[in-house]
Amino acid sequence: MGLHVLKRLAAAIPVLIGLSVIVFLIMAMIPGDPATAILGAYATPENVAALNRDLGLDQPPPRRYLIWLGNILHGDLGRSYALNRPVLDEVLERFQATLVLAGTALVLASLLGLLAGVVSAARQFGWTDRAVTFAVLIGISTPSFFLGLLLILVFAVRLRWFPASGMYAIYGGGDLKDLAWHLVLPALTLAVVATGVIARLTRTAMLEVLRQDYIRTARAKGLRERRVIRVHAFRAALVPVIPVIGIQAGFVLGGAVYVETVFQWPGIGSMLVNAIATRDILLAQGGVLVVAAAYVLFNLAADIAQTLIDPRLR
Amino acid sequence: MAGATAAPARTGGRPGFWRLLLANRLAAAGLLVLGLIVVAALAAPLLPLPDPDLTAPAERLARPLAPGHPLGTDALGRDILSRLVWGTRVSLAVGLSATLIAAVAGSLVGLVAGYAGGRVDGLLMRGVDMVMAFPYILLALAIVAVLGPGLLNALYAIALVNIPFFARNIRGVTLGLARRDFVAAARLSGRSHAGILFGEILPNVMPVIVVTISTTIGWMILETAGLSFLGLGAQPPRADLGSMLGEGRAVLFTAPHVAMVPGLMIFALVMGINLAGDGLRDVLDPRLRSGALTRPVARTKVARRRVPALTPDPAAVLDVRGLETEFEIGGEVHRAAGGVDLKLGRGECLGLVGESGSGKSVTAMSIMGLVPTPPGRIAGGAALLDGEDLFGMPDEAIRRLRGAAVAHVFQDPLSTLHPLLTVGAQLVEAIRAHAPLTRRAAEARAEELLGLVRIPNPAERARAYPHELSGGMRQRVCVAMALANDPEVMIADEPTTALDVTVQARILALIERLRRERDAAVLFITHDFGVVSTICDRVAVMYAGRVVEEGPTRAILEAPAHPYTARLIACVPVLGAPHRRLDAIPGRPPPANRLPEGCAFAPRCPRATADCRAGEIALGGRGGGRAVRCLHPLAPGERA
Repeated sequence: MGLHVLKRLAAAIPVLIGLSVIVFLIMAMIPGDPATAILGAYATPENVAALNRDLGLDQPPPRRYLIWLGNILHGDLGRSYALNRPVLDEVLERFQATLVLAGTALVLASLLGLLAGVVSAARQFGWTDRAVTFAVLIGISTPSFFLGLLLILVFAVRLRWFPASGMYAIYGGGDLKDLAWHLVLPALTLAVVATGVIARLTRTAMLEVLRQDYIRTARAKGLRERRVIRVHAFRAALVPVIPVIGIQAGFVLGGAVYVETVFQWPGIGSMLVNAIATRDILLAQGGVLVVAAAYVLFNLAADIAQTLIDPRLR
Repeated sequence: MAGATAAPARTGGRPGFWRLLLANRLAAAGLLVLGLIVVAALAAPLLPLPDPDLTAPAERLARPLAPGHPLGTDALGRDILSRLVWGTRVSLAVGLSATLIAAVAGSLVGLVAGYAGGRVDGLLMRGVDMVMAFPYILLALAIVAVLGPGLLNALYAIALVNIPFFARNIRGVTLGLARRDFVAAARLSGRSHAGILFGEILPNVMPVIVVTISTTIGWMILETAGLSFLGLGAQPPRADLGSMLGEGRAVLFTAPHVAMVPGLMIFALVMGINLAGDGLRDVLDPRLRSGALTRPVARTKVARRRVPALTPDPAAVLDVRGLETEFEIGGEVHRAAGGVDLKLGRGECLGLVGESGSGKSVTAMSIMGLVPTPPGRIAGGAALLDGEDLFGMPDEAIRRLRGAAVAHVFQDPLSTLHPLLTVGAQLVEAIRAHAPLTRRAAEARAEELLGLVRIPNPAERARAYPHELSGGMRQRVCVAMALANDPEVMIADEPTTALDVTVQARILALIERLRRERDAAVLFITHDFGVVSTICDRVAVMYAGRVVEEGPTRAILEAPAHPYTARLIACVPVLGAPHRRLDAIPGRPPPANRLPEGCAFAPRCPRATADCRAGEIALGGRGGGRAVRCLHPLAPGERA
């Protein structure tokens, strides 16, 4: 088991290297000369050449990549010119906020999605099943940036139950309760699509499993139907669902871009949008890199969780 | 000859694509909504709408239903209805173009990778995996960061990030097709690779491409709208639905309709696409269409047209009378068991024999309600256990009997044991379902049972998962599980068929020994007369859902009376008699949804006469505990 985890960890390393290459290539394709961009249009050619040398931009691309990678491994992601602070500091600070939001949304989506999928499959063709199936269809068809606005309008403006934006109250906030309060609407918004996808897949997986011979065996043993569904069918249905939860982690991390913008959540998604709009390339690059790495780790966790449940995969 | 029997006429003919699609009410509704939106967007230049970009500061933020502005105006006084129609046009165009680009590029990658295989495949797929390792939206953002904000750039970004999705789906199907005979034939006939790829493989892959498009197009429209909402897509004055929503956000609190109208439109559009797409998938995916994904309920449905007299027979522990079990598939009724009578005495072993499809398993599974519903149902008859009618009992009473008074052993122990639970846990569970034991006591009992079925190191083996045991060991576990609560009756459904011959003999010996030691009655289902001769006291032969002959094993083996029984016995090879004729029975059993009148075996029977093909033929007693359902039974020593 331990060996298996190590193997999976080792397999994640080339993926991370590949990610860094793609990010590097994308950023290297950005038109224009960075030195000119930094120094302005009136810089002398000598100054530009000097800065290029300082930045290592006179080197051939493979070498530039290695220098860049070396810097990253030393924790140096460069400096954001718009914010005038190290990219790493800004990115890590923002990423914490995103992790709180996306993590909550993912947990919420997994719990609700699994529950809805199991209930739906256990009562196939009943009214609960129909209701869940239809709710799922609505959920995965609703754009999160629209749903967020809708929730703000109803629950923040009309009913005044929850705050409309931010992570903490400006005055007198800052504790966990305040955070939870601010978290409700954005986390719900972010969770909806993932919940739908997980519910749909869980339902299909459950229906598939319930037709298996070992379910007939469980029933032939005289187990209560509740136990057949909750232990025998659910456990087996989890095996194909877990990697999907891992994939949904990516959609939730990506979807955070919209939700953070709508709710002005100080996370990495809203930071990225600003960085791209102001062409703060190093900041955008650092943000993309960190989120992509987080996604790889989420998938790794899903992979390991799957082997914990299914002994055949060990 | 083979061709004539191998292609049974398909019933009813296949309904057309559109009829199937429209029969799905939700899909039809989705198509309708989608159609209306598309028509409105296409007809935008023809509709009597004001200029969508005409600003009118005096009329800003008019509410819906204002004169001249059915949906009101936005912050610059522009007519929202007009902007909505024109914006939908842009969103649709962008979403469709992105989908087409992704579909063409992705399918091409998938086709080439799947067809070429080997290193090309490895390289392409590694690249695809790499791109898929990115959170989808993030990659689109990174691409927009490079290209700069703008509608076309957003389109490219969304198309690009969806290529891997197509590539992966198409590659999977192509990989399977590339190894098929028709591709090899085309290759031998000297066609070029491109010719094969586009002439032979592409048409077969097309349904997958269409389904993939239907699942992604909604997303693509959503995502391009999302980029516009963030200000990275459509730039003013051009507007799509996303940028309209983004502009509306600025006046959300004062004039919510400015944001709600485009938001609802995106929702309606995507919902329509998803509904229609789901319908399309159901039509194109034959596995879903046949309703294969229905879940069997805990107990077979009982809907009896006939209930026989329930006076108990004290000699029988299990007494099946006139059992009728049917399957309703696609509106047609298949009669799997058509009035089966079986009597099982205390401690007796009764063999139930027949070809596959004869209804023997269905009969056995009907007793404790283990035939899957849907599509199965018990349509008549009774099964008395100790004089009580099982079919009339409430579900909970049946659950208490399952695994306790009546235990089952199934055919393939690998698929009948739960793959994710240790065999010990599965045994403990079986014990505790009926006996109020603590976990520890149940574990001790489980080990004892494993020892009883001769599994070495029971304590250690209890912690093993089914896949870690050999086939014979697994079946021993199943037998141990069946014995957990000292059953009166054990129903064994081909318990040795999936095992090799030496293991088979040991499992048979085990069942035989346990039966004698514990005085349990055994209903042994098999297609193999060789197995019957070693273990069964009596035997009942089934054909097309009915018992055709019944009697003591030895008597029937020596002198079968029904021609079918005789042919079935002739199928068993005998060691040391290499020159014996081994006959396959010509023809095949009649389909269960169109059984012939009279004797169902008549079409295959050399002795059949005209009277065999009409009327009901009774199971007639012949003395010596034997009975046969035949008008022209064989005399002892006579050959069929």
